Amino acid sequence: MIYEKIAEIISDKMDIDVDDITMDSTFESLEIDSLDMVEIVMDIEEAFEVSVEDAENLKSVADLVKYIEDNK
Amino acid sequence: MSTALITGASRGIGRELALRLADEGYDIVVNYLFEEEDYAGTVAEIEKKGVKAIAIKADVSQFSEVEAMMKQTVETFGSIDVLVNNAGITRDGLLARMKEEDFDAVINVNLKSVFNCCRHAVPYMMKQKHGRIISMASVVGLSGQGGQTNYSASKAGIIGFTKSLAKEIGSRNITVNAVAPGFVETPMTDAMPAKAREEVLGSIPLRRGGTVKDIADAVAFLASEQASYITGHVLSVNGGMYM
Repeated sequence: MIYEKIAEIISDKMDIDVDDITMDSTFESLEIDSLDMVEIVMDIEEAFEVSVEDAENLKSVADLVKYIEDNK
Repeated sequence: MSTALITGASRGIGRELALRLADEGYDIVVNYLFEEEDYAGTVAEIEKKGVKAIAIKADVSQFSEVEAMMKQTVETFGSIDVLVNNAGITRDGLLARMKEEDFDAVINVNLKSVFNCCRHAVPYMMKQKHGRIISMASVVGLSGQGGQTNYSASKAGIIGFTKSLAKEIGSRNITVNAVAPGFVETPMTDAMPAKAREEVLGSIPLRRGGTVKDIADAVAFLASEQASYITGHVLSVNGGMYM
């Protein structure tokens, strides 16, 4: 559920097919730059009602899913 | 309809900027700080122009107060399209005698306020995928001025901030610019000794002081569609006093 929502947010923001996003996708491979990441994190904070403090340490979709699981 | 928020807008140049942007059709948020300011009169005058206006009290040097102000703006009008960072103070004095609190106050009100306002407006602007940020700098931020180390540092700081933020968020269709007024005719400058005043005016190539309208024209231009390809710019409005 967390993964699906994150994939949907990334897909919307980056205008890429949700099927092209996997748990193993790194943000670099999805061509997500630091400013895109700020926007994605803002949407994720809103969707999951969490505060993401150290987004720069998150490198992949899996990292993000784990972060939300741990902090939700 | 687009919304413009002007800090320090209940009086002085800020009030004129608010009225001018109302003429351009923006709904207006009049930020003010002190209860004795005629913010209600400013709002009433803006509403006469057929746009909506609200006044929001917030100390722009305070991070959380600015956060609440931006939230209220978006809740009321649905967007924040133009941010004009106008609020500012002076605490002039020679450095060798300047009190620490006079340095800090000027930096907090003039420069930290710009950080606070941009920090809390930019997330909304990024979502909208458009925005205009215009900050009031000053000729002294470019030229320096004895007796104004604090003020000129704050204004030079605004210029560096403006250029950096313009680079950061240009890809989101948000422009970030500054206006640097020179000698603007106000009740404060009218009160200067005649000789000092004449000396200043004589040093200006266009041989007159700037008017508040000159400043408002520059701000309205940078907010307009015609300025959509201008970002990271410092627009001097000084009659050639400093080039």
